[in-house]
Amino acid sequence: MQKIVIDPMTRIEGHMKVEVTLDNTGTVVEARSSGLLYRGVELILRGRDPRDAARITQRVCGVCPVPHGTASALCLDSAFGISNKIPKNGVILRNIILASEYVHNHILHFYHLCSLDYADIVRAVSYTENDFEPLRQFASRGELAPFMPRYEGDYRLNDDDNKALVLHYIQALEMRRKAHDMLALFGGRTPIQAGIVAGGVTSQPTTDKVLSFYWRARELYDFIANAYLPDVLRVAKAYSDYFGIGAGCGNFITFGFFDLDGDEPDYAKRKRLLKQGTTDRSLKYEALDLSQISEVVRHSWYDDDGTPNPKKESAYSFIKAPRYNGITHEVGPLARLLVNYASGNEEIRKELEILMGELSIGVDSMLSVMGRHIARAIEAKVIAKALCDWVLKLNPDEPTFVPYELPSHAEGIGAIDAPRGCLMHSVRIENGVIANYSIISPTTWNGSPMDDNGQRGPIEEALVGTKVSDPENPKEIARIVRSFDPCIACAVHVTNLRGMLIREVRIFA
Amino acid sequence: MGKVAEIPVIWLQGATCTGCSMSVLNSIRPSIANLLLEELFPGKHINLRFHMTLMAGSGEIVLEILRETKESFPNGYLLVIEGAIPTACEGLFCTVGEKDGKPTPFMELTKELTNNAIAVIALGTCASFGGIPSGRPNPTGAMSVVEFMHSNGINKPFVRVPGCPPHPDWFVGTCAHIVLFGLPKPDEVDELGRLKLFYGKLIHDNCPRRGYFDTGRMAHKLSDEGCLYEVGCKGYVTFSDCPYRKWNGGINWCIDNGHPCIGCCEPGFPDVMSPIYERFFEERLPKLKLDEATGRLILVTGQD
Ligand code: SF4
Ligand code: SF4
Repeated sequence: MQKIVIDPMTRIEGHMKVEVTLDNTGTVVEARSSGLLYRGVELILRGRDPRDAARITQRVCGVCPVPHGTASALCLDSAFGISNKIPKNGVILRNIILASEYVHNHILHFYHLCSLDYADIVRAVSYTENDFEPLRQFASRGELAPFMPRYEGDYRLNDDDNKALVLHYIQALEMRRKAHDMLALFGGRTPIQAGIVAGGVTSQPTTDKVLSFYWRARELYDFIANAYLPDVLRVAKAYSDYFGIGAGCGNFITFGFFDLDGDEPDYAKRKRLLKQGTTDRSLKYEALDLSQISEVVRHSWYDDDGTPNPKKESAYSFIKAPRYNGITHEVGPLARLLVNYASGNEEIRKELEILMGELSIGVDSMLSVMGRHIARAIEAKVIAKALCDWVLKLNPDEPTFVPYELPSHAEGIGAIDAPRGCLMHSVRIENGVIANYSIISPTTWNGSPMDDNGQRGPIEEALVGTKVSDPENPKEIARIVRSFDPCIACAVHVTNLRGMLIREVRIFA
Repeated sequence: MGKVAEIPVIWLQGATCTGCSMSVLNSIRPSIANLLLEELFPGKHINLRFHMTLMAGSGEIVLEILRETKESFPNGYLLVIEGAIPTACEGLFCTVGEKDGKPTPFMELTKELTNNAIAVIALGTCASFGGIPSGRPNPTGAMSVVEFMHSNGINKPFVRVPGCPPHPDWFVGTCAHIVLFGLPKPDEVDELGRLKLFYGKLIHDNCPRRGYFDTGRMAHKLSDEGCLYEVGCKGYVTFSDCPYRKWNGGINWCIDNGHPCIGCCEPGFPDVMSPIYERFFEERLPKLKLDEATGRLILVTGQD
């Protein structure tokens, strides 16, 4: 038996530790993923003006603030009784601002957080083409930080593929920035936009912005279709063994997103570009039932009443353990892809079938490290295309915002999918201020510790059974963890949820 | 070719959302690729040795970099701190790495690394003033790195680069200033240690909607044309160059987008700046006081 501890786990958002135990064949028999930062944003929200939540919750995560802003706005809309009254422009603009974040996030994730696990940037400094001049210059100074040190071994792309990946790593720094610029056209600024609010959006869709946005979206679509997706295929072909690594728990849930009509007040039933629902290995589609969500804390650093307690004996993480139907579920791009594949989403089916044909794999193989990367890339393409369509549906003469009365007592819930998966905000308002606010974020699901019934979290489950070829350089572990795109700042949430009953949603500590 | 001076930078993340890092990635001139690969100015290269979101390595080998940097750069390094420092519960609310099987509190890491630093750049409002994690009721005892150094008797030069998140130009510009001219001289910074170049002017004085304010054309709900004062604008008390620098390559910023300034780079953010969508009552102004020890803007109640 041998233990490997990776702390800090880098190239993810936040403070994460991963610990695995290997048997004497080098196979992972036990795994623990831990979130190591607690800030208590939900406690900080108490007693504040409810509207402030749409600003403050964005600071839960600076990598994906827009989903929090959006879920919070939807949550407040529902508390204020206007969830089906947001003007059409407002619904579209929210989609556009959040979809821009998706595009940014997926590009950032594949290139800047993951590709260094596969592409060999150190080998690239010896390439003689002009494009590599800045890298050669860089290396000639004799310092390779932050690209060294790293886990060594197994950089197996051929030179042509390696060149493409490394050059696109650099180009993608600019492309993700351009996705952010695009977001700011209607989001005001980013990271942490100033546009989405309860009641709609503050910005106006003027013709000059529509024009500028459209061409920015086109440029990003081209990059995704002609660089990102082909690069994922390059990696997938060279590392085809990773279709058999990191399968995970095999249960999937998504709240869906990108509202296609704003008339249905219940977010679990709303028509969305990516449909809400659940599925498992059988690929049978099931409708979403929010009342089946529960959260437990036996292995989390909280007392039973929700008070954070980093010294609790049985615990090893600030992340709680949410479960659906009492069972571990994976969230994120792969969950969205499979749920939509199962529910018969034509566009998703078509895109996935083309890729599976090219790679000669079946849907089963998608439950894997490479499957997650492919799911993300397909989604980026579908969303970038939708962006080009949506922006042309804006109407400069119509409102973007609907006024409302602030209730003194109310409850609300907002449920959407963020780039990393299911995101739920819920609020209880008393005497005009926030009495309780709770957030269940994507990495709360994926990065969760063991639950009270001994079921591991999705990342842990994906690690168990993996063979680690070189415990000094546990690349397999890092690649599996990163395929989930963990975000710890998001995942760590709080405290006294016991007794907080919001409509049909049961959440208990 | 002359020898290139390597300027070692260690960038630590404490109680942060990583928004500051994401914002700095948006730097345009220089781009982040320029910054990482090339010389910032001829003969001067910023050598980013440790950054949890960007660097290739993980685990023990990257903690080794911290030790190694101290040895190979005996003259010190620039220490960038992003995020606040949680101090409650022995600092266990934020830990990075382990020593002898025990988690290392971020607080301890900060202490250790400030020792050999040439100077500390407090990046973002959390590191500068405490920011969001220190908002009422401050569940983790979070404090700014400046306050933390004071309370631990650590005396290091520092520059604050607040903003939630800060504009990439504010950070890259502050670094460039240090690289070109050394640490800011007293007349180059305001009383809070922010470069006047970026934080020297009141938003309200330079706001494109100032004409509306002066003629009383007020927005009464969000998305209205008009001055945003009535819907909560804090540009009235916030010092930054947002109105003319603008964000994301100059294409937009909060107020141009119809959203009030929320005072994100001021010491009173978020507590003094909320409720965000309510008027910043004039009667509050005289009651605001800067707490010297903490660098926080506080609302003085009582007779004081
Ligand atoms: S919008 Fe804000 S900063 Fe601009 S004039 Fe009005 S109060 Fe001043
Ligand atoms: S306008 Fe105000 S809230 Fe917006 S970025 Fe500038 S200082 Fe921050």
